[in-house]
Amino acid sequence: MHFLKSPIYELKQTTREFRWSDAFVLLTITALLYLGVHFGFSAPEVVKGPGITLHPSALPYYALRSVLRMGAAYLLSLTFTLVYGYAAARIRRAEQILLPTLDVLQSVPILSFLPVVLLSFSAVMPERLAAELASVVLIFTSQVWNMTFSWYQSLTTLPRELREAAEVFRLNWWLRMRKLELPFGAIGLIWNSMMSWAGGWFFLMAAEIFTVGERDYRLPGLGAYLREASHQGNIVAILWGLGTLVLVIVLLDQLVWRPLVAWSEKFKLEMIEQESHASSWFYDILRSSKLAERVSAFWERVGERVDAWTLRVWPFRPERAAAAPAREDLAWRFFFGVVLLLVGYGTLRGLHLLVQVQWTQWLDILQGVLMTALRVFVALAIAFGWTVPLGVYIGMNARLATWLQPLVQIAASIPATALFPVFVLMLLNLPGGLNIAAVLLMLTGTQWYLLFNVIAGTVAIPQELRFTVTLLGMSRWQRWRVLILPALFPYLITGAITASGGAWNASIVAEYVEFGGRTLRVTGLGDLIAYSTAQGDFALLFASTLTMIVTVVLVNRLLWRRLYRIAASRYRME
Amino acid sequence: MNNGQVLVELEHVSQVYATGRKRFYAVQDINLSIGEGEFVCLLGPSGCGKSTLLRLITGLQRPTEGVIRYRGRELKGVNPHASIVFQTFALFPWLSVQENVEVALKARGVPPKIRSARALDLLDRVGLDGFENAYPRELSGGMRQKVGFARAMAVEPELLCLDEPFSALDVLSSEALRGELLELWLDGKIPTKTILMVTHNIEEAAEMADRLVIMGTSPGRIIAEVHVDLPHPRHRKAPQFLKLIDQIYAILAGQTQPEPVEMGTAPGKPGVTRWLPQIQISDLVGLLEHLAESSQPTYDIYQLTEDFGADSDLVLRLIDTAELLGFVRVGQGDVMLTPLGETFSEASILTRKEIFSTRIRRLPIFQWLMNMLQIAENQSLKRDVIRLALELELPPPEAEKQLNTIIEWGRYGELIAYDDETETLMLEPLAGAAA
Repeated sequence: MHFLKSPIYELKQTTREFRWSDAFVLLTITALLYLGVHFGFSAPEVVKGPGITLHPSALPYYALRSVLRMGAAYLLSLTFTLVYGYAAARIRRAEQILLPTLDVLQSVPILSFLPVVLLSFSAVMPERLAAELASVVLIFTSQVWNMTFSWYQSLTTLPRELREAAEVFRLNWWLRMRKLELPFGAIGLIWNSMMSWAGGWFFLMAAEIFTVGERDYRLPGLGAYLREASHQGNIVAILWGLGTLVLVIVLLDQLVWRPLVAWSEKFKLEMIEQESHASSWFYDILRSSKLAERVSAFWERVGERVDAWTLRVWPFRPERAAAAPAREDLAWRFFFGVVLLLVGYGTLRGLHLLVQVQWTQWLDILQGVLMTALRVFVALAIAFGWTVPLGVYIGMNARLATWLQPLVQIAASIPATALFPVFVLMLLNLPGGLNIAAVLLMLTGTQWYLLFNVIAGTVAIPQELRFTVTLLGMSRWQRWRVLILPALFPYLITGAITASGGAWNASIVAEYVEFGGRTLRVTGLGDLIAYSTAQGDFALLFASTLTMIVTVVLVNRLLWRRLYRIAASRYRME
Repeated sequence: MNNGQVLVELEHVSQVYATGRKRFYAVQDINLSIGEGEFVCLLGPSGCGKSTLLRLITGLQRPTEGVIRYRGRELKGVNPHASIVFQTFALFPWLSVQENVEVALKARGVPPKIRSARALDLLDRVGLDGFENAYPRELSGGMRQKVGFARAMAVEPELLCLDEPFSALDVLSSEALRGELLELWLDGKIPTKTILMVTHNIEEAAEMADRLVIMGTSPGRIIAEVHVDLPHPRHRKAPQFLKLIDQIYAILAGQTQPEPVEMGTAPGKPGVTRWLPQIQISDLVGLLEHLAESSQPTYDIYQLTEDFGADSDLVLRLIDTAELLGFVRVGQGDVMLTPLGETFSEASILTRKEIFSTRIRRLPIFQWLMNMLQIAENQSLKRDVIRLALELELPPPEAEKQLNTIIEWGRYGELIAYDDETETLMLEPLAGAAA
């Protein structure tokens, strides 16, 4: 976790609200969702997961399983990113479809897919494998979008003269990728990979165990361990589990991400020597070791061979080939037509399913939307309430930041979903306990991101402006109104967009809980999704999942995106 | 050095940019031939399409119309016998100096040993020995461009293209680098047969090239060719050199025409629309004050460039503006303050604004804009409306720049107000009443 030094998460926002392509993407999601629910009909009624032992000696194995799951999803994400990004950046026709798809998918609450994905997978394959694959797919869908955007963005923002140089000096596609495109995109890819891993833990913890009614999906892993521990009210095991989780995250950070970030410094495009460098003790050790020297020499020889080979097989071809011939155009239309037909069919069947939902159920859904929205709002308000003053305070005091930063980072590294069973355990017997727990879960999922953004925003306020308000003798309130709040605005919005997305996601696991043999529910959309899964009411499941997706996409487009545009145009410090 | 062999030939070459239904010529009907052994300079103000022309000649872009031949054969794809030195160097920041040079050789399949020997030899020739392992960001601008030169020469191009190679450097490094390049070229230390350089700097062009191809704007086209027979090294203070410079300025600055011709027509009207030059108003004031302070009745334009230590391109744009507003008259490379210009330069800040205001009211483009505003609701229009109107005649990025200039001038002259938040242009109340 090095959010403090991270560049502000670039939300690639286009300047429009809606287009036909968005509708197309939403319809495609509807069709896919229908397909999932359709398969879900034939999912087994009773699913029994493997037993989870709470003995600490099982923890290394569980940790390994969890990390492997994450790794598999990440590899999938990376492969997808490279291919999809290339296609979107290079093929004009693909760009017209691929970009809006990305744009919608990145704002869709991924966790709402969990029940549908689990049900449909377990209908077509063995339960164990289904749960395993579902978790990987879920983590993949949570990790991949920002990475793909980053890669697409670097491919399309390559400075023109560098591109021309690659062409004039006749680099073939392989050399161009190796010497120009990958290095240029490296920093963004690595930063976004880190963010994706951090986000991935959140979903992993939730996806390793999902119990509704008689269906008990679970996988050996840290998330399942934690849930089981709080089920049994075993505080010692909870602490062991959390400790292991933090250890794993810190180790990965120190041994993988930090070295990568330190290494990627050399890909900076700025032509100015920087004062501070990202450092990593592990990278320093690696770099000065004999072994690393040999490995890199070997690597270089291999690279040389591969380069020479690719030059023989794929000699240089100009980047801008001639316009696509008519036949290719026809093929495209055909392909597009088939997709359109399939989507249309899926949507129709989906509508057919929607008709089966009774109007009282629609009322339930509406009520659920309102209640969940209210919870999200409360969580955001609380998060704003404490992160803004504290973040500004930390940002203004460099010394405070140096020793608070690692603490905050460790706290932030614990995925909120891992803490949730603990909340439930603590709040179970209070009046409105689950309500509080749900808001707490949303809060823990969102507040750190806001805090980091506030600190980053405060640090970015130019010193001259701070001096000016002091010289003008402004009161504390005036200072906030004239300088601090406007300067923070873009950062707050960026933070809030991510935060609200996370909060909607959290509602799926937070509003319906099976705990110690009891089923706890609070009114909300997440509750409806989980409840309908338990009841096998697939029409309701379909309707409520679809509603959640559409709601979040709408809120994103109509509220956040507008605010973001204002932030980007008016309150930029430049 | 010209031995008559034609290397590059352009016949009726045009490059068109299409946005939507509109088509704009970047360059139009270019005929040019460049021989072996020549050092040719494409010279012209920004936006005249000289960089486009360079990219067409190297094959990075294909012409929309016309034919480009290299050694008599039509050019298809990137010309393998040409290489480019870029304005912003275009070095790969993550590769060391040597790797940057080597990558060009690697792409041509040169084996590692030969590659590294050749790269080191070239770095040595441009005076960068000892810096092979440095990264570009550790080097000064001048040294970076030397890497750019070494890389471009490494592939032993017959045609070396230089795209404003010195304009991103400070005065001293560019002076030094120019000298060194000329030395390599004149002494035949590089295998290059022909050099084609793009620049907007008149002095630079005159100092280096054998032939100047002078280009004009909208659309980009060749307006004159000047052969330079002065021997090297050319001294910038020598009388023949100054005469040459004066001659080029005379071509580029033109001759003040009667007012209707000078002001052109409004957008959408028949005739040539006169667009506003892009300048800072404070620079214009500075220029006029400088002219007023000198006791000479007329002033050599090249002299102004020297006085200000400014770029010839900027000075020409300023003079163009002053001429358009009727503050100066231009002819034969000389500039002369008009009585109005004299009054303006001596006036107080408020009076200056008034004069400026009355002058720009006469410009067809402002009359066009104020008419639109007057009939609009609330006498205000969205920025986008005007931008779209301008885009009927200008390519989008140019329209955007033009609109910014219009707003800046209009604000200074207090004719129009602009609200950045709502992106609305409004008629200033007083301006509306008077107009």
